[in-house]
Amino acid sequence: MHTARRRTVTTRVTALTGVLGLLTLTACSGGSEAGGDPTPSGTGAEAGGTVTLVTHDSFAVSDEVLAAFEAESGLTVEQIAPGDGGALVNQLVLTKDSPLGDLVFGIDNTFATRAIDEGVLAPASPEGVSASAAQYGVGDGELTAIDLGDVCINVDHTWFAAEGIEEPVTLEDLTKPEYEDLLVVTNPATSSPGLAFLLATVGAFGEDGWEEYWAQLVDNGVKVADGWSDAYYVDFSGVEGGPRPLVLSYSTSPAFTVTEDGNESTTGALLDTCFRQVEYAGVLAGAKNPEGAQQLLDFLLTEEFQADIPGSMYMYPADADVALPEGWAEFAPLADEPIDVAPDDITAHRDEWITAWTATVIG
Amino acid sequence: MDGHGHRLSPTAPRRRRVPVRALAWAGAVAVPLAFLGLFFAWPVATLVARGFVADGALDLSGFAEVFSTPRTWRIIGLTLWQATLGTALSVLLGIPGAYVLYRCRFPGQRFWRAFVTVPFVLPTVVVGVAFRSLLVEGGPLGFLGLDESFAAIVLALVFFNYSVVVRTVGGLWERLDPRAEEAARALGATPWRAFRTVTLPALGPAVASAASLVFLFCATAFGVVLVLGGIRYGTIETEIWIQTTQFLDLRTAAVLSVVQLVVVAGALTVANRARTRRERALNLSSAERSARPLRPFGADALPLAVTVVVVGGLIALPIGNLLVRSLRTPAGWSLDNYRNLGTTGGRNALSVTVWEAAGNSLRTAAVATVLAIVVGGLVALVVSRRPRARAGRRAITLLDSVFMLPLGVSAVTVGFGFLITLDRPLGIDWDLRTSGLLVPIAQAVVAVPLVVRTVLPVLRAIDPRLREAAATLGASPGRVLATVDGPLAVRSLGLAVGFAFAVSLGEFGATSFLARPDTATLPVVIFRLIGRPGVENYGMALAASVVLAALTATVMLLAERLRGDRPGGAGEF
Repeated sequence: MHTARRRTVTTRVTALTGVLGLLTLTACSGGSEAGGDPTPSGTGAEAGGTVTLVTHDSFAVSDEVLAAFEAESGLTVEQIAPGDGGALVNQLVLTKDSPLGDLVFGIDNTFATRAIDEGVLAPASPEGVSASAAQYGVGDGELTAIDLGDVCINVDHTWFAAEGIEEPVTLEDLTKPEYEDLLVVTNPATSSPGLAFLLATVGAFGEDGWEEYWAQLVDNGVKVADGWSDAYYVDFSGVEGGPRPLVLSYSTSPAFTVTEDGNESTTGALLDTCFRQVEYAGVLAGAKNPEGAQQLLDFLLTEEFQADIPGSMYMYPADADVALPEGWAEFAPLADEPIDVAPDDITAHRDEWITAWTATVIG
Repeated sequence: MDGHGHRLSPTAPRRRRVPVRALAWAGAVAVPLAFLGLFFAWPVATLVARGFVADGALDLSGFAEVFSTPRTWRIIGLTLWQATLGTALSVLLGIPGAYVLYRCRFPGQRFWRAFVTVPFVLPTVVVGVAFRSLLVEGGPLGFLGLDESFAAIVLALVFFNYSVVVRTVGGLWERLDPRAEEAARALGATPWRAFRTVTLPALGPAVASAASLVFLFCATAFGVVLVLGGIRYGTIETEIWIQTTQFLDLRTAAVLSVVQLVVVAGALTVANRARTRRERALNLSSAERSARPLRPFGADALPLAVTVVVVGGLIALPIGNLLVRSLRTPAGWSLDNYRNLGTTGGRNALSVTVWEAAGNSLRTAAVATVLAIVVGGLVALVVSRRPRARAGRRAITLLDSVFMLPLGVSAVTVGFGFLITLDRPLGIDWDLRTSGLLVPIAQAVVAVPLVVRTVLPVLRAIDPRLREAAATLGASPGRVLATVDGPLAVRSLGLAVGFAFAVSLGEFGATSFLARPDTATLPVVIFRLIGRPGVENYGMALAASVVLAALTATVMLLAERLRGDRPGGAGEF
């Protein structure tokens, strides 16, 4: 693990700190540097060579990859991360008359058409869209698929081996008596994997069947945690020793539980239970630097960036030809046939489904 | 502004000075009002207004709709119930704590004072893990069956807010002249009776102050309710959050925001009544003189026992759990998680190292603290005056309450409000939304009420006759402030600085909407780490939480020092 030293960013915060002579207070930071010289940095975002990327808080890219882009294009990339999932899209909708930046990355397929319908995005003509990425395209070029990943039920192999119980395989299995009180999922109203799993059940059982399925899950003792970390680190038995051996997580999560010798993972994903999340980027309508946004968008599609995605964000690159890190095929495979719901259907019914889910599961 | 009414008899020559003084007081009112107006009222009002305007016309049908669902009433009821219980328990347990930690003297006291403040700043998501991994089935306290229970929520609320009561009440208690109580005892009152009839009434304003703060914190608690109570226990706050971030149903969110405001305003009114009824000048003395050695086996046995149980069981246990887990790695016990804080996490989970984030946090908190102290100090100064005119007194009570509101309004409402208003603040072409400065401003807005509540009880307890005497002897108003209010206020400022700094360090709600990845603060980084799979990231999140806890405790210890308790300095009172 290398120690990344970010380029020093001169912010108004440091400026003010310097001006106010608060160094006595910052001095107790225990070794952290004051960072940046205390001169105000001009007017920021509007400066010619700056492009602002609005993204979610899971966005990451290796320093050298980004630095290479900045050097090549002459642009400076500013990032702001005001939220994720629904919060990100809703913020864009609220600010569409005065957008927060130039390019957005991180709108996923559960919110994609809302963003398009609300007129948040401008059509773009990205260069270098691979065939595999093109198949996920939505709208008229407003959104370009950048990466993807599957949300699946994960299973604690060790627990099932010790108990001598056979592992479940399908969504239907989860309602069987032998798996009573073993599953923990997350709340679709507050967590994006939770929403993905709700959509998986809608896709699998149809609009008329999914509520009945959830009623059966409830009867079988499903636990609903508020967020992913709570479910994965407290309730799930496979990592920190919680009580439940089945948890809603990502298909890539088992790659984090590989044993010392690197031969096997103590957890696995049930690939018949997966919903595919696709993350998109798009140029914001009314962007101050649309050319820069376009350049940045093209950069997100380059092989350099696509190859950096698995290591930085733990998602699959949308370009299927890009080589994956070692071990991914074995421990973090994508589902062959993920459960699918059309983006338009999601936009039309998402709120109603969450409300119905709340009524069924919480009461 | 009728700020001179406390003067004994403003004689004719003095009246000529009134314009200057009125101007000074007007400034003292205007600066905080402008700050709060720009960075709180305007964003919140704009967002709420959007919910009530449909197609250019006022549309209040949302009220009927929201109130006709039984779920709304259940949520309102639950919010009030958990906030009331959380407040009552915090106050009941906090008063003995204030006595032991502030009125008594024992070795290691400053450490424990700082220690109880730690929960106050821990990110909810971490507290959730610290609590739940204790309570979960199979966990060390799993046999209690408290996981996902209402009791767990209330206990967590006490965990968070205990220090608010201890510090607010303790800050006054340690300066309370012991002679009144000693006199009561000498006249034959039992210790309990002396406490009930002499000390408790004197502490009344501080208790009411603390209770109103805690109630606001409890009523707007967000993550802790969801994490610990499970999804059954929604509150108004969680509902506003979901309606805004998930559904973008601004109409429902606006209705719920109004409900929340009504609840908060109601609580503030009750607290104000309770405060003003009890309010009076107190004999303050120096902490040195008032403190007495702890008598663990004598009269102090009961408060000490209560405090030991609360601090040991409710606060130390979850924090200890956090510490133990942060030292556990797949390879056994080690400091690896702490060594990793110099990195950006497993597979680059972060864009800054945790130490850099800690630096960001300290800088941001320092700026926020300065802002909060200036604004909050001015508010406390204005509000501490007691004008003769009824209208003046009313205005001051109102001002007092208005500055408490930031604690009673959802962070998501403030955060989203910023987004739609601060792109061109006051028509100036400077997009504040993406400026790093907005983070400390947002934190200051939340810290101001704490500063006011900490400084105000002390300022109010100053006998106005002291000011009058000084003025009669010819001291200018400025000199009165500097010589009478100043010395006492400065010491309570130390406490306020600590609180403001701590609350800024821990602020997550509004910060998470504004933070830029390269200037992420410690709570934001912790949230990101714990949101990633991988034992390494999880371990780092816990280690970073311990660092945040240690930082907070250090800041609080320094704040205690800053108070510079010169022995005998206030003894003349």
